Amino acid sequence: MNRVRLATVWLDGCSGCHMSLLDMDERLLDLADRVELVYSPLVDHKEYPEDVDLVLVEGSVSSEEDLHKIRKIRRQSKILISLGDCAVTGNVPAMRNPFKTAEVLRRVYVENVSVESPTPNQVVPALLARVRPVHEVVPVDVFVPGCPPSADTIFWTLTELLEGRRPDLTGKTRFGA
Amino acid sequence: MTPAVSDVKTLQIDGIDVSAQADQTILDAAREKGLSIPTLCHLDGLGDVGACRLCLVEIKGTSKLLPACVTRVEEGMEVTTQSERLLKYRRMTLELLFAERNHVCSVCVANGHCDLQVLGQAHGLTHVQFPYRYPKLPMDASHDRFVVDHNRCVLCTRCVRVCDEVEGAHTWDVMSRGIGSMVITDLHQPWGESDTCTSCGKCVQVCPTGALFEKGKARLVAKSRDFLPYLAMMREGK
Amino acid sequence: MTPEQLEQIASEETAARARNPRRLSVCMAAGCISSNSDAVKKALERAVAGGPLKDACPVTGVGCMGLCSRGPLVSTEPAGVLYQNVTPEDAGEIVGAVSGPAVERLQCSRELPFFKRQVGVVLENSGQINPERIEDYLAAKGYAALVQALTEMRPAEVIEQVSRSGLRGRGGAGYPTGLKWSTVAKARAETRYVICNADEGDPGAFMDRSVLESDPQRVLEGMIIAGYAVGASRGYIYVRAEYPLAIARLNTAIRQAKHLGLLGSQIGNTEFAFDIELRLGAGAFVCGEETALIASIEGGRGTPRPRPPYPAQAGLFGAPTLINNVETFANIPPIIRNGGDWYAAMGTQRSKGTKVFALTGKINCTGLIEVPMGMSLREIIFEVGGGVPEGRKFKAVQTGGPSGGCIPEQFLDMPVDYDSLAQAGSIMGSGGMIVMDDSSCMVDVAKYFMEFCMSESCGKCIPCRAGTAQMYDLLAKICEGRAALDDLAMLEDLCDMVKNTSLCGLGQSAPNPVLSTLRYFRDEYLAHIQEKKCPAGVCACGMKQEAGS
Repeated sequence: MNRVRLATVWLDGCSGCHMSLLDMDERLLDLADRVELVYSPLVDHKEYPEDVDLVLVEGSVSSEEDLHKIRKIRRQSKILISLGDCAVTGNVPAMRNPFKTAEVLRRVYVENVSVESPTPNQVVPALLARVRPVHEVVPVDVFVPGCPPSADTIFWTLTELLEGRRPDLTGKTRFGA
Repeated sequence: MTPAVSDVKTLQIDGIDVSAQADQTILDAAREKGLSIPTLCHLDGLGDVGACRLCLVEIKGTSKLLPACVTRVEEGMEVTTQSERLLKYRRMTLELLFAERNHVCSVCVANGHCDLQVLGQAHGLTHVQFPYRYPKLPMDASHDRFVVDHNRCVLCTRCVRVCDEVEGAHTWDVMSRGIGSMVITDLHQPWGESDTCTSCGKCVQVCPTGALFEKGKARLVAKSRDFLPYLAMMREGK
Repeated sequence: MTPEQLEQIASEETAARARNPRRLSVCMAAGCISSNSDAVKKALERAVAGGPLKDACPVTGVGCMGLCSRGPLVSTEPAGVLYQNVTPEDAGEIVGAVSGPAVERLQCSRELPFFKRQVGVVLENSGQINPERIEDYLAAKGYAALVQALTEMRPAEVIEQVSRSGLRGRGGAGYPTGLKWSTVAKARAETRYVICNADEGDPGAFMDRSVLESDPQRVLEGMIIAGYAVGASRGYIYVRAEYPLAIARLNTAIRQAKHLGLLGSQIGNTEFAFDIELRLGAGAFVCGEETALIASIEGGRGTPRPRPPYPAQAGLFGAPTLINNVETFANIPPIIRNGGDWYAAMGTQRSKGTKVFALTGKINCTGLIEVPMGMSLREIIFEVGGGVPEGRKFKAVQTGGPSGGCIPEQFLDMPVDYDSLAQAGSIMGSGGMIVMDDSSCMVDVAKYFMEFCMSESCGKCIPCRAGTAQMYDLLAKICEGRAALDDLAMLEDLCDMVKNTSLCGLGQSAPNPVLSTLRYFRDEYLAHIQEKKCPAGVCACGMKQEAGS
């Protein structure tokens, strides 16, 4: 049997959604029979593969790197799921949006440090002027709000998709759940 | 004026026959019958302003949508409270609210006890189609016991009305206009320096979101609003 | 004061005029004052005082003469010559020509279609009388209608004449005035109020301002008659504080009317009593909405409330209230004087009488005109208004301000009345007409009006407060060439939602400029979106790229 090619991605988020994913516990084994995890921060693939069937995206789009990644992910995936409030709403990462990027960097690298360190400007990807939810950047197929969405919600969403249904999350989860 | 027997009207709400007194609103009549119409600015015991537009309903023979909270029942009215169109508008209204200010539910003191959150969930809001506006808004923690966080305010003016109509202090009001509107204490003085505030806390209890909250009780405490209908009832001597 | 005494004042004034017909009238309305007409007036006074006409040729400040773009305007009696673009240096020459041949260099032909095609009802005294002298107004049949109403007509008969006239509200919505009056008159109440809405706020509209500055007594007379007709003894004029000249002249007018017993108790020696008070608005556009205006007069925040109940049932301080706009009241005295049928003979089937329009934008004769209802847009713009300057091509005319729409060329032959304008996707509104030529970008125009609505929204209801802001952002995005077709779909969705769910007229009509430009100029929207190009070359498409987008 051809297993569904599943990827999970971690953009600007706390990884809580991935923790919640792992919280599915023994149900992960059920899933493992039906999906192949082709890319994830939990596994050791370096390149986002072609032809991904399902991708769970955690986190908001906050940096040039996120932007580059999410566009590539969109191109190479059939169904894109915004997982969790950061991906769906911008959430905590977006709390910097009312401020200018320079103000944020100064706060973090100058005002709030005891040992002076230079503001990173090379290796670390440049911040976007505004943090944005995924659907403001690329089309999103399924939204799963929650901070994080519960393991039950994630499992239910995935099984619905695997059954070929479009999950209706009305009443199942909410912003901040 | 005591309503006479002839002041009873019969009407249909969502195809169900309903009778109501002439001074009742469509919202009253519907809720008595267990039919739910979403509301945000309305709160039992406070005067209605018809501002949030969530309770808009269709009335046969009228091209305009009317707010159920302020529209009186009429004989033979045929009211529709749920339709594709109404649901679409209600969802859009909620989305506009979520996009208007910085409602970061995950770190909000009202998470789990928020009227806006509940309405969003009830309307199947899994994301907001409108771009978030991310305005830069202040918090005022100058009061000994309470905090106002304008990032979470939906401008329902429940605080303004409870302070004016029930407490009689009229500490709260709205300043500026349009998208720049803000609730203020006195003449935009810090809340802690307000001469009129009695620190009764009613505004905090009626606030539908995490815009007004009590210091030190910021963790998931449901608000208590039972006092309102009780006070209203006692005042009217019913 | 008795009617006879009033007549006495009027006839003395007329006699004085007959004895010395020489007179120089200088336009002292806001338009001409802004082009220095007060200096012209002073120079004329000096020239008269230093010459042979000393004490024999009064120099009077009068109200608006209409052709604002050629101000300062000066007219001479008895020759009836009109001078344009007058400077203080021209004073000597003009004074010298009062009794002789006109100064050709400065002359403005009275034969221009701009003057010939107009019909003066509301503006009959405008530019003719000194707005600061009640005697001038009395000599021009002023207060004859009031005396007639008080002494010869029952209130119901007054209302009957107003109904027969077919007059519809000139503030914009076009509600039948007679019907409104009778609703208020029939409401069961001890106290009733009359309010004059002078909170004119549409961009490009200055009709009411001009009427108040040029002939304030006429508005007072209309209100007093209304008070008599509906059984009110108190009236308010809600006028925006940005109209200081109108306010000053209203104050003068009220003082003079009180002095002659035309306001106060026992008006015209009858039992009728009526008082008028000014209330100044702080410049919020939404206070032109009647329930917001009432809230503001009551001392509250100027926000609208849901209707019903309508102000005619429960308005100011909960009492039945008649609210009409300045131009509506200004129509009342001639209607009573000449009868409703006289008025109804002008105009079209469903829009009677005349209408005052403020012509602005890309048009040769910028100014104020009054024409019969039913005149075509082409006649108004190309004949009366003198067409589009610099040989450019007409593109659209915006009527009805931020609640109205843009009407394109194919509707130019449409008669201007309430119903035709509505069919074309706009509204009559209060009478502002902004003419645009091919150098205007229609998306940019829509964005301008949306910005206006966004900043003038009172913030009470969510669709108007947050919806106009989202629509403005989308329009800005389109103008900047950053939008996709999805954004256009979202904009149209918002138009529909804001129109149908907003609490008051401001929000309900805020999408109109977008809807009407989408209807007639969709290709311009698409050019911004698909080709990232502004066909009119107004918008800087693609210049402003948001980082990371």
